[in-house]
Amino acid sequence: MKSLKYLLPALAFLVLAGFFYRGLFLNPRTVPSPLIGKPAPVFELEELSNPTEIFATSDMLGKPALLNVWATWCVGCRQEHSFLMQLARSGEIQMYGMNLRDERPKALDWLNRLGNPYAKVAFDPDGMGSLDWGVYGSPETFLIDPQGIIVYKHLGPLGPQAWMEEFRPRIAAMQGGMQ
Amino acid sequence: MKYVVTAVLAGFLAFAGGPSQADSILSMNPQDTFETEEQLRRYERLTHEFRCVVCQNQSVAESNVDLAKDLRRITRDMILAGNTDAEIKQFMTDRYGDFVLYEPPLKPETFLLWGAPVILLLIGAGVMVSVVGRRSGESGDEAGGMGENT
Repeated sequence: MKSLKYLLPALAFLVLAGFFYRGLFLNPRTVPSPLIGKPAPVFELEELSNPTEIFATSDMLGKPALLNVWATWCVGCRQEHSFLMQLARSGEIQMYGMNLRDERPKALDWLNRLGNPYAKVAFDPDGMGSLDWGVYGSPETFLIDPQGIIVYKHLGPLGPQAWMEEFRPRIAAMQGGMQ
Repeated sequence: MKYVVTAVLAGFLAFAGGPSQADSILSMNPQDTFETEEQLRRYERLTHEFRCVVCQNQSVAESNVDLAKDLRRITRDMILAGNTDAEIKQFMTDRYGDFVLYEPPLKPETFLLWGAPVILLLIGAGVMVSVVGRRSGESGDEAGGMGENT
């Protein structure tokens, strides 16, 4: 009984310290998306380079696809762009873009200068399309399966490490499931 | 004196308000106007209950981020369209999860969160009872026959 008196505070301290230690490695900016495992929200937006064409969520179905939310004012987007170009050249996956709260000439200029990794880009100047996708910070990259279910969402600039660790296994699982 | 000041101030307000604004209720956010006081109160309460997911230590009501502005406008539009508070909250959590609510709902994942105060209180009460019990036991021994100590 006497030893318990000294042991309990020490134990309480250890539990608390354990929580804090775990907290050191969590990113508070990461908000878990409620959309994972759910059908991709429907949008019907003008295509960036061709305003008369409508790009809709349904256009992305049939194959595993990426939807990358970007803008010319977004520093992280500039940072990930060369990796997106590399990914597009590899042909590993079909990549679509959503241009967020931007101006069409600026966005087109960006793609002309830096290269266009996207099969299609949805132009979302007022942010209402991305709002349905729960986008709160660009860049964000969604992985969508052939049936249109959101499988994964990556926050911040996409790079080789996240691609190999988070995306590839999930894409492989989709393709395994299709056979 | 007090009434005179109030009357003067009211007079100023009446002039400042002008006839054009008399029929709409203004909120802190100039672009968001309402038809009734009740709608404004709901708007103020709801936007303070939503966390701005971009700048997490501010509510949607306080933040100046584009997303917060849009969420304020949507909250207003939904109120004016006759949606209930529950429907508006559902709209937010469908997109941003429970994280967007400063008060997360009670469900299995949040039992510990909501239960923690009760659990801590019980632990504290347990410790207190055992300590006080032991002390009164000790003093009871020392005091011998003094009945009121027990």
